[in-house]
Amino acid sequence: MKRIAVIILLGVLGFFIFSGIYSNEAFTEFGNVDLNNRVSNKFITKSVTDENDIVEFGKSSNLETGSANYVTSIVVNYRSFDTLGEVTVLFISSLGVALLLGTLGGKLTHKYRANFILRVGAKTIFPLIALTGIYIFIHGHLTPGGGFPGGSMIASAVLLLYLADENFRAKMSSFKLAESFAGSLYVLIGIFGLLTSGYFLNNFMNTGVIGDLFSAGIIPIVYVLVGLKVGSELTGIITDFLKVEVDE
Amino acid sequence: MRLISLIETITSLLLILLAILAVSSKKMITSIIYLSFLSMLAVLSFAIMKAPDVAVTEAVIGSGLVTAVFLFTLLSMKKAGDE
Repeated sequence: MKRIAVIILLGVLGFFIFSGIYSNEAFTEFGNVDLNNRVSNKFITKSVTDENDIVEFGKSSNLETGSANYVTSIVVNYRSFDTLGEVTVLFISSLGVALLLGTLGGKLTHKYRANFILRVGAKTIFPLIALTGIYIFIHGHLTPGGGFPGGSMIASAVLLLYLADENFRAKMSSFKLAESFAGSLYVLIGIFGLLTSGYFLNNFMNTGVIGDLFSAGIIPIVYVLVGLKVGSELTGIITDFLKVEVDE
Repeated sequence: MRLISLIETITSLLLILLAILAVSSKKMITSIIYLSFLSMLAVLSFAIMKAPDVAVTEAVIGSGLVTAVFLFTLLSMKKAGDE
C-alpha cells in the first residue's frame, strides 16, 4: 500500500516537472533564445565590466578574465566568493566528522586479506593518480575539471593505499598544515584584491594570452589552493572514517 | 546522431532501474554496489549532455569516495547480536 502511494506521488511529481520543462512557458524553445539580453552572453564574451566583442583562443590578451574554460571563469573569477563559501562548507563538514570520529582510538580491520595484485598495484598506481589530480587542478583554467575534482582525486589515491594495506595510515599533520595554509592564502588573495582594486577577490594580476598555461591571473593560483585544501580535507574525512570505537 | 540518442535513452532507463534496485535491495552491500554503478552511468550521461566538468567530479566523488565512505561505515557497523 505504501509502495503504491509512493509510486503515484512520484508519477504526479514527474508529470509536473516534465510538463513544466516542455511547456515552453518557463523556458524558451531550444535555439530561439535571444542571447543578447542574457547575462550568460556577457560571461562568454568576457565583457561584464569591459567592452569586448570576440574572444579568440591563443590571440586575445588581457581580457577581464583570461580563463579559456567558461565554467572556471565563472566559478573562480566572477563568482569566486561563492567558491570561498563552498570551501568553507567542506571545511565545516570535515570539522564535524573530526569532532565525531576523531577521538575514537580503535582501528578498523578489513574483513579480507589484500591479495598480491592489489598490494603491488596500489603502490604503482598511487603516484599516477596523484599526478593526474595535480594536473587537473593546475590546468583548471584550460581543461574541464579544477580544484574540487583534482583534490578529490588525490584523496582517492590515498584511499587506494588504505584499501591495500590495513595498517597504513597517512600522516595527517602535513595534510592539516597544507589545508590551513591554502585556506588562509585564499582569503589573503581576496583581501589583497580588496586593497589594490577595491573588490574582494578581484583578478588584480595581468591575465595574459587566453589559452596559455601561465595566464588568467589569480585563477590558477586560487585553483591550486582549492585543490590542496579539498584534497587534504577529504583525506582527513576518509582517515577519520577508518576509526572505530574501542571495546572496553 | 541516432546512436547517441539511443545510448542516452538506454542510460536514462538504466539509471531509473538501478535507483529502484538500490532502494529495494535487501542486503546493504548490494545497495552500495548499485549506487556506485548508478554513479558510473551518471558520468556517461553527463558526458553525453556535454558537461565534462560535472562528469569528472561525479566520477571521482560519486563512484570513488562516497562508495568508500559507505563501505567503511558498513565495515565498522555491527550486526545486532554480534559480540
